[in-house]
Order: sequence, then structure tokens, then C-alpha cells
Amino acid sequence: MSDLCHTGRRRALCTIAAIPAAWFGKPTWAARTQSISSRQRLICIGSAVTEIVYALEANDLIVGVDTTSIYPDAARSLPSIGYSRTLSAEGVLSLSPSQILCTEDAGPPVVLQQIQDAGIQIRRLPAHHTFTGVCDRVIAIGQSIHQQTRADQLKLQLQQQWARIEDAMKAKPFPNTTPRVLYIHSMNPSQVMVSGQETNANAMIRYAGLRNAMDGFRGYKPLTPEAVIVANPDLILVTDQGLQAIGGRSQLAHLPGMERTKAILSQKVISMDAVYLLGFGPRMPEAVITLHRQARALFG
Amino acid sequence: MRQTASHFDYSTWITRLGIFFIGLFVFLIAVNFGAVDIQSADWLHLFSQQNGYEGASYVLWTIRIPRVLLAITVGAALGIAGALAQSLFRNPLADPGLLGVSAGASCSVAIGIVMLDGFRFIPTEELRVWAIPFFAFLGAIAVCFCLDYVARVVSPGSIAGLLLTGIALNAFAGAVIGLCTYLANDEQLRSFTFWTLGSLASARWLMVGVLIGALVIGWAWIRTLLQDLNALTLGENIANHLGVDVLRLRTKVIVLVATLSGLAVAWCGMIGFIGLMAPNLVRICLGSDQKRVIPYSAGVGAILLVIADTIARTIAIPAELPVSIFTALLGGPLFLILLRQYRSRLN
Repeated sequence: MSDLCHTGRRRALCTIAAIPAAWFGKPTWAARTQSISSRQRLICIGSAVTEIVYALEANDLIVGVDTTSIYPDAARSLPSIGYSRTLSAEGVLSLSPSQILCTEDAGPPVVLQQIQDAGIQIRRLPAHHTFTGVCDRVIAIGQSIHQQTRADQLKLQLQQQWARIEDAMKAKPFPNTTPRVLYIHSMNPSQVMVSGQETNANAMIRYAGLRNAMDGFRGYKPLTPEAVIVANPDLILVTDQGLQAIGGRSQLAHLPGMERTKAILSQKVISMDAVYLLGFGPRMPEAVITLHRQARALFG
Repeated sequence: MRQTASHFDYSTWITRLGIFFIGLFVFLIAVNFGAVDIQSADWLHLFSQQNGYEGASYVLWTIRIPRVLLAITVGAALGIAGALAQSLFRNPLADPGLLGVSAGASCSVAIGIVMLDGFRFIPTEELRVWAIPFFAFLGAIAVCFCLDYVARVVSPGSIAGLLLTGIALNAFAGAVIGLCTYLANDEQLRSFTFWTLGSLASARWLMVGVLIGALVIGWAWIRTLLQDLNALTLGENIANHLGVDVLRLRTKVIVLVATLSGLAVAWCGMIGFIGLMAPNLVRICLGSDQKRVIPYSAGVGAILLVIADTIARTIAIPAELPVSIFTALLGGPLFLILLRQYRSRLN
């Protein structure tokens, strides 16, 4: 019994007892919410949303982002609430946001409702694959975070940039026929997934003055090797992330059906960052002209 | 076989109390940890309930407690369903999936998300939230009964026939799911994939209530079947000779498994391993008397799922990971260790 009074053991017991005590000492969630209620606390879900908030110079309001928000680099260091489709109500609430800006992808719906029930405003921005859609988003986000003037300026800036890009592209069209582009969304040694109509990749291809080699279906679909040969694209568009996944440009030729296409035979492949190319954020006009220039460099 | 009622069995009570206290301990841990810090004051506020819940006690009452309770009830339902399926097929590798529950649920959810365009025809968001669980439940039940019916026609009276029909029907459901995945657009595909990963994030008090109701009614019914299920362990023929109506027993078990695991799948998506693991753990530790296996499977299933879910929602705060990762991570090694002990005990 005297062992129990041993000082070492007593110290250990005290330490164990101190753990819950320290834990109880933290400020409460309610208290934290009150103390910062004077300032907005935003959670941005979707890379485009985050980029727009950064472009509006309201980034110091952001308290959390989803996993797709990887641009600008500073966004990576913000607390991540995980993938936009598998949000956790408690996780989101623990950041005590005052408002959540998200794309239509955010979910699951039940969790969004739980967050809304907790009294937090959720602004869902509709999906779109157009330049006007980008401008609309800028205005909508500007309104929700009370930065209308900044948003109007940004919209004007984007529109001017867009007009310049359109003029530049009209002034120098492609010399012969419009190149036909195959956008490869994801690939593995046995199958390629390509973009049909009504996708963000398709929109970017058309804006850059190119033509989608895939017609007659919507969305991203796996393609049989024979269809790849029939489509015979002049140019292949991929994302840096996609190329990395299969192990570099040289591997493209080994994809099923790809070997004999004009694009591979003449080495016409463009690779761009996925978020930059497909994000439809404020960098979208820039991405369009980059794509156009790279294509022009290949087709003279 | 039957124990005399007058005999007070200490070891049974020790096991019961053991499971109860482990459960209670796990519950308290689970309720105390999460993304939002909970203080003792919040607990007091929760019980005093002066002017509605706010702050952390709001989170506690509307999100965390229902979630932990849902984990308990879903874990128990899956444990019971697994134990029933294993005793019906007389095979320790059986799980509710063999009766087509998960295939049916995911098949109808895939159809709902892809063919019906994510239930966009439902006017309000509040109702749409219930569409997927409802559809999943209907699918689970429908495929179970369809399976039972087909098996009766194809191979009347044989439980092995039921198993084989189940495999065929699962393959068919797999084909439908494959077709839906092909037709799906990016968004639908991802919604479906994440549904199949399973999550307890949608917990609400109503779900907990329904599941507790189902468990209480289910258990009352199962109690009357235990004797027959024990007879079935000896084989279909022997059970028949002992006066068990195997066909009727089979129908009852199918109804129970379909309802219990159908409810679980409907609200939480696919949560693997609990149904398989819990009954096997119990059997290794306590022997294969159904009177023990079924109720203790409920307890063990509940404990396993609460632990797995607590890890899933706290490991990457403020994000959360799919719970199935942790049910498998937790269940797998535990299972292997116990299996090894069991083998060495036999030798």
C-alpha cells in the first residue's frame, strides 16, 4: 500500500489528471464565435471560388478551403475541410465561419442542411462553362462578401482582357483548317477517358479557337481504341497531373489506339495545369490565350 | 443443450457487463472528441436547456450525439444482420451482402443518381435529402425478396441454392451499376462513389429513433427464433428432423436481415466488415451458441463502428475520412489476432 504514496507515481497521477483539466481550459466555441462576429469568416469550396476571393483581395477573410483550392499557393496553407463532396458538419462549424461560398458540387446535401440549420449562410454558385459565367460569379461573390466595387472593377478588367484576347485570336486565325483536339481527362494503360460536348474542357477548346475531335456524346467517357483511331486528332490536350499519373509524355503513345494518330505521329501534345485549364476562375481568359498560343506555336 | 433457468451464470453476466462498460467508455470518448471543443459548461447547458442550444452545445445535441448514437445503432444492426446471415448460410464468411442487400441498395441509388438525375424532379431540398435513403432502402428490400423468390423457383428448399442465386443476382446488380457508372456524368459519378464509401455524417435524431425501434422489434422477434437457428447449425436435414420449418425460418431471417441492414445501408451507405467481423469475433471468444452470438454481435458491432467513426471524424480535423477505411483497418488485424489465439487454443 505504501507504494501508492510513492512520489514518482503521485506525479504521474497528477500529470494524468492535468490532461483533462488542460483540455477543459480552452475557450468555448460559442465564445470564439462571439469574439470574431464583427468580421466575416469565409469558407471557400471550389478552386474557382477561392481564386475569385483572392482576386478580390479578400483573402484575409478566408478561414478554410476545400482540397481543390490549390491556387494561389497561399491557399494551400489554410485549414482544409476536405473534399467538397464529403464535408463534415462539425469540421466546418469548428472553424466558426460566418458564410460559406461553394459551387454546386458541395455536399452531401444533409451536411449542408445541418450547417444551414446551425445558422450559417451558404451561398451556392451555379455551375457554368462560359466566360459570362465567370463574370457572374465574380459579381455574386462580391455581393456576398460586401466587396461590390472591387467585384465591378475585376469584372471590367476581365471583360477588357477578354476583348483583347478575342481580337488577338480573330486577327490571326489558324492558317489551314481548325485543328481537331482530343482532350484526355484521365488515362490508364487499358483505357482513356476523353471529353465530349458540354464539359469545361470542351468549352476551353472552343474558346481557344480549336475544335473538339469528339462529337456526339456529352461529358467525359471512356473511349475504345478503335474510336481513338477514327477520331484521329491533330492535337492532344492533357493536364500536367494526368501526364504525371501515366509517367510522362513518352507514355502517351502507348495508350490504346493512340500510336497511329496524327497528333502522336507529329508530336503535337499540349499539357497544362488542371486547375488553370479547367477551373473557370479569374485566370480563365489567361488560360484561353495560353492554350491558343501553344496551339499556334504547334500549327504555325 | 438448454441451460436450467435456476442456474445463475456468472460468466454470462461478466461478459454482458464487460461489453456494456466497454460500450459506455467508448461512447463517452466518442461524444467528447470532435472538431468542435466541448467544455463541461456545454454539457451543463445541454442538460439545463435554458434558452435553446447554442454554440458547442448546439453541435453536441444536433450533430455529435445523434451521430454517435447512429453509429451504435447501425453497428448493432449490421452485427445482428451479419450474425443472422452467417447462421442462415451456416458459413462464417457470409454477410448481408450475400442476400443482395448492398447490391440492391447501390443498384437503386445508382439508378436514382444517374437515370433520375439525382432526384431533381423532387421540388424541395428538404425532401430531396430523404430521396436517396428511401430509394436505397427500397432497393435493398426489393432485391432481398426477389432473391428469395428466384431461389425458390430455381432451387426449391435449398439454402446452398439461395447462396448461388445470390451470387448470380449480385453479378446482375453489378452490371446495372456498371451501366449507370458509364452513363453518369462526372458529378453523378462522384456522388455515387462517395455514397458507396459510406458515412455517418447524415445522422439525425429521427434516424436514431427509427433504428432503435427496428432493433427492439427485431430483437423481440429474433428471440423466438434462437432455438431454431441453433438447430439449423447442425444442418438443414437435422433441423428438419428436429421439427424446424427451415423454409419459414429462412423467410423470417431474410425479412430481418433485409430490414436491419437495409436501414443501415440506406442512411449510411456501404459500411463494410462490421457484419462480417462482429459475429466472428464473438464466436471466437464465446463459442457459437446463437443465443450469445446474435446479441453480443450487436454489442461488438456497435463498439467497433463507434471507434471507427470516431477515428474517421477526428483524424483529419476539420475534414473527415470515409468510415469504411477504419472499420477494415480496425477489424482486420483484430480478427487475425483472435483467429491465431483460437487456433492455438484448439491445438
